[in-house]
Amino acid sequence: MNKVLMKGNEACAEAAIRSGCKSYFGYPITPQNEITAYMSKALPKIDGGVFVQAESEIGAIHMVYGCAGSGVRCMTSSSSPGISLKAEGISYLAGADLPCVIVNIQRGGPGLGTIQPSQADYFQATKAIGHGDLKIPTLAPNSVQEMVDMTVKAFEIAEKYRTPVMILADGLLGQMMEPVSFGNIKNNAEVYPYGANGHGGKRKKNITNSLYLDALVLEKCVNERFERYTKIVEAETDAEFDKDADIVVAAYGSTSRVVKSAVEMARAEGINAGVFRPKTLWPFPEKQLKEATKNAKAVLVSEMSMGQMIDDVKMALEFKLPVEFYGRQGGFVPNPVEIFKKIKELGGKY
Amino acid sequence: MPDFKRPNALIDTPTHYCPGCTHGIIHRLVAEVIDEMGIEGDTVGICPVGCSVLEYNYFNCDMMQASHGRAPAVATGVKRANPDKFVFTYQGDGDLAAIGTAETVHAAARGENITVIFVNNAIYGMTGGQMAPTTLPGQFTQTTPYGRETSREGFPVRVSEMLATLDGATYIERTMTVDPKSIATTKKAIRKAFEVQKAKKGFSMVEVLSTCPTNWGLTPLKALDWLKENMLPYYPLGVYADKGGNV
Repeated sequence: MNKVLMKGNEACAEAAIRSGCKSYFGYPITPQNEITAYMSKALPKIDGGVFVQAESEIGAIHMVYGCAGSGVRCMTSSSSPGISLKAEGISYLAGADLPCVIVNIQRGGPGLGTIQPSQADYFQATKAIGHGDLKIPTLAPNSVQEMVDMTVKAFEIAEKYRTPVMILADGLLGQMMEPVSFGNIKNNAEVYPYGANGHGGKRKKNITNSLYLDALVLEKCVNERFERYTKIVEAETDAEFDKDADIVVAAYGSTSRVVKSAVEMARAEGINAGVFRPKTLWPFPEKQLKEATKNAKAVLVSEMSMGQMIDDVKMALEFKLPVEFYGRQGGFVPNPVEIFKKIKELGGKY
Repeated sequence: MPDFKRPNALIDTPTHYCPGCTHGIIHRLVAEVIDEMGIEGDTVGICPVGCSVLEYNYFNCDMMQASHGRAPAVATGVKRANPDKFVFTYQGDGDLAAIGTAETVHAAARGENITVIFVNNAIYGMTGGQMAPTTLPGQFTQTTPYGRETSREGFPVRVSEMLATLDGATYIERTMTVDPKSIATTKKAIRKAFEVQKAKKGFSMVEVLSTCPTNWGLTPLKALDWLKENMLPYYPLGVYADKGGNV
């Protein structure tokens, strides 16, 4: 298969288009601008292609709500501060059971923070992406190739379970260039039968809505949604990991690549270290983590934050193993030597 | 004379509106226009947050419920993906002129080929009568218990005049529904707005001055008088933009 050299952001956009996403609504924010720019160039050339630069992130996510609500596959992308603005719309999309893909190319925060890479939106994505009882499947690529593969996967999950899906990447993945293959991505977009797009006198009217003033009805609705979440946990949870390591280093996204190098350095010094890398952050791969740590003495978690995924690691392990943390913030990407030193420290301690 | 019957585009069901509220009349006018143009099967209506939030239970066409103020953005998403369908939003003054100002202004600026029905009753009805961006100077509301003081609460927004300055706003008219004549004028304006959309000529809006007897603390008839005496001087009726030519 031919490979092309592309930025993560551009590869994500191209993958979306190839899978049949012809509608994109966005707003400029660094470091995700290449997605918006790519879409603005490509979509007008496609029959039925829709590109709108909205007045705000809020506008963009509600255009997604309208487009998905009318039965048409669509997406938006942004970076951390913009995702905060999209929170309202994401909650409405979840409440109305509408599929869509939201890409977050994370940057440092809080506030305006920095335009450099970060992983500080883990809590936001996995615990509180919007008001109300809701979850959204969150995929964590760690290469430009996975920006492609997970974009395609994200639409599949979104439409299968009628839910918004987030791709939680970071500025490093968005900006870096790697050879990438688009394989045989199938254009499998179909108009959703529940879309409000004019009944044409041929069916009952469709309503896109998240309002249920009757407590019995709303409770039933939320329960039904959580049954779908259970199915997502069973079928879509994904991780890759080394087996039988003494020191397990857990990391996702860009950091998992650095961790891999650090683990190789540790092994060269005779430390039995291994990588645990969630590919889905919600659902968090609890069973896989238990399997990866079956014979482990300790776990190290590394993130570009003050430590967020570490909470899920501790809970998945039911606090039975020592769990330590090494992270960088402010836009720094940890280097392998820093993490290797921490692995060595854990190796001596446990 | 044709029989006076419920338009097909309206569902035969009781509404939750207060007695004397003009939402019922305005709903009916929109439904009559949909019937007369024969477009019910090709129409998607967008409900706001506010008194007309439950409107999806009243219209027979496909409907969507939008978050507060975002109806024009939602309508944009529907219309861009379905350019041959009719898309209308139905919004109150808090929804459209406060929390949704950005969405409204930019939908008009982009010349989105949608129709906005803007019901202006100078107050937040659903939440119990708070000050709206269109509340008049001196008007008493739950959050202006001493009357709207312009030095403190600022001035009302004249939405039609503001949007008419935008090149993308093709048709803008302000009307009211206080008597048969003004109701007929409002229906004509709504028809014109939908015709502009049919001709793909851009953004159209009809601002309908409306009453809120419950939160104004007036009987339905006195509320109509209050509208004429107090709202008309601040919000003059008329066509503010008509750039579409004959449609």
